[in-house]
Amino acid sequence: MRKLWASAYKEYLLLTRDLGGLAVLFLMPLLLVITITLVQDGTFKTIKQNKIPIILVDNDKGEVAQNILKNLKSSDMFELTEQSSEKLVQELIQNGKYQLAIVIPENLSKDLNQKVSENVDGILAQFGAIEDSLPQKTTRLDSKVVKLYFDPATQFSFRNSIKSGIDQMVSKIETQSIYKAFQAQITDDPSEKIFDTESFITFKEIIPNAGEKALIPNSTQHNIPAWTLFAIFFIILPLSINIVNEKNQGTFVRLRTHPVSYAIVLGGKTIVFLLVSLIQFALMLLVGIYLFPILQLPQLEVAGKLPLLFMVAFFAGLAAVGLGLLLGTIAKSQEQSAPFGATFVVILAAIGGVWVPVFAMPKFMQALSNISPMNWGLSAFYDVFLRNVGFQELLPEITLLLLFFVATTGIAIVYYNRKNGV
Amino acid sequence: MIQIKQLSKKYKGAENFSVSNLDLTINEGDIFGLLGPNGAGKTTLISMLSSLLKPTFGSFTIGGLNYQDHQKELKQLIGTVPQEYALYPTLTALENLMYFGSMYNIRKSDLKNIIHGHLETLGLSEFANKKIKTFSGGMKRRINLIAGILHSPKVLFLDEPTVGVDVQSRNVIIEHLKQLNAQGTTIIYTSHHLNEAEEFCTRVAIIDHGAIVCEGEPKKLITAHHNAGNLEDIFLEKTGKALRDYA
Repeated sequence: MRKLWASAYKEYLLLTRDLGGLAVLFLMPLLLVITITLVQDGTFKTIKQNKIPIILVDNDKGEVAQNILKNLKSSDMFELTEQSSEKLVQELIQNGKYQLAIVIPENLSKDLNQKVSENVDGILAQFGAIEDSLPQKTTRLDSKVVKLYFDPATQFSFRNSIKSGIDQMVSKIETQSIYKAFQAQITDDPSEKIFDTESFITFKEIIPNAGEKALIPNSTQHNIPAWTLFAIFFIILPLSINIVNEKNQGTFVRLRTHPVSYAIVLGGKTIVFLLVSLIQFALMLLVGIYLFPILQLPQLEVAGKLPLLFMVAFFAGLAAVGLGLLLGTIAKSQEQSAPFGATFVVILAAIGGVWVPVFAMPKFMQALSNISPMNWGLSAFYDVFLRNVGFQELLPEITLLLLFFVATTGIAIVYYNRKNGV
Repeated sequence: MIQIKQLSKKYKGAENFSVSNLDLTINEGDIFGLLGPNGAGKTTLISMLSSLLKPTFGSFTIGGLNYQDHQKELKQLIGTVPQEYALYPTLTALENLMYFGSMYNIRKSDLKNIIHGHLETLGLSEFANKKIKTFSGGMKRRINLIAGILHSPKVLFLDEPTVGVDVQSRNVIIEHLKQLNAQGTTIIYTSHHLNEAEEFCTRVAIIDHGAIVCEGEPKKLITAHHNAGNLEDIFLEKTGKALRDYA
């Protein structure tokens, strides 16, 4: 035990003697989580509060175009500018001056009304509702295309959400035209209300929760766990560099002549670096609770969850430390350990669902994410932060994290002993 | 004290053995000098004896303990002073020595006394709380030596302990080693300083191409070689004058 504590104390001294490294270790993750949350919260506000500038080219000049215009204005999402030239609009979009342009085709209102009227007349004639009518004669009308021009730099998801919004709007206008045509055929009194045109089906967003308190997820609640985990795993960099340094400066060689096992040496490193990851986590929580509200960001809600949160952070930290020990043991130089460590953490984060939710990944990547310790950690954090679960529900995830630590550290010790055993 | 039988080492990918079928006996209380040109196999031999390298074949015992079966006990018995400084540059001399000493399970208070005793003898008392990175080469060599003798080993292996140090530091180191030897520590050391070895060692062995080419008490060896006035003459006679550059 004395050897283990002596090793841990030595690691503590080495770490505290490198103030620059220590500052990077604690400040960079904080900077990361603040920046990411500000950016994501800002994006959310852009859609909700700040209007997106768009151009409308109205070649129709009719009722449908007026309806589209009215709907766009009332949506509060867009700041509308009207233009007459489609060619100019193309240039403005191409240059990135605007993200979106909507071009309404000529005769849209006229042709839509005609098409709807003919369809309604046809239906009513079938039911014998129109007396003295001549045989129905339908006009052949080409379908109308509402063109949407997008800035090439806009994201796929943004384009998709806009397309779906416009599609919804156009469908509604088409439906209302049908109602109107029926109304015109059935009664001559426009004030007479025959159809209730209000939507019959609406939706309500409900977030189920296990506890009594209703949970409202926000960017903070999502970002703190994800990026904290990312930061915790970045500990593999300083840890692996620490081990490589020991090899290069000869202290490991000296230790091999001492009656001390490699497990004890790694044990000392585990204690200190695990403590570092827990301090990192505590700082992240403090930032979420106290600094975020000052920055106009949603406050992190941790009431009643702290013991479980620290438990998850403890096991996630163990998994990260295990990976660092393995990398440091195998790497021969800093040039090997640093780039590999940094890239590997980013890959683990990517397949772990830190950037893109696992359910949105291709099937193969979803399967791969099941073996990412960052995925286990993230699920556990979300379970505590957003699903209000208890210790029992966390057991599978923290067991996996613990096993990962045992496996990586075990491999590191076996590798070291095989390489250096006499 | 040390019995070496047919000890051999061939590194992976190497054409020749670095140490080849080496037989040697080192008696308790000896100050044994391993001399030889660069690449002769001195460091390889010391590394095998101090549990850093696995022999390709052959065996050895230290204090009657076989290296294969008594790793733990052997490590408690021996002390090693590597050629590199092998110290933590950002820790102080005291912190370095406390750490390495604690690996031998020495009680903290005893360890502190032992460290201060060695620091005093080697003229480093006032630098105990200074960081190693601020030390001169000679000071680092002396701390390097202390780190290897904190547990009062029965056998001490030193790989060129006086290389790159000034005359004063070398003198202090040699005197301290003599003192340790007088207290019962068997010393095995490698060096390129033949005058130093001639004066310091009770026995020497000249190694070349992994094998012992000459062995005995320095004075007796010089007397036995009629044309030799000192150990260097014997060394050149046995190993030749050709340069021994290798990569």
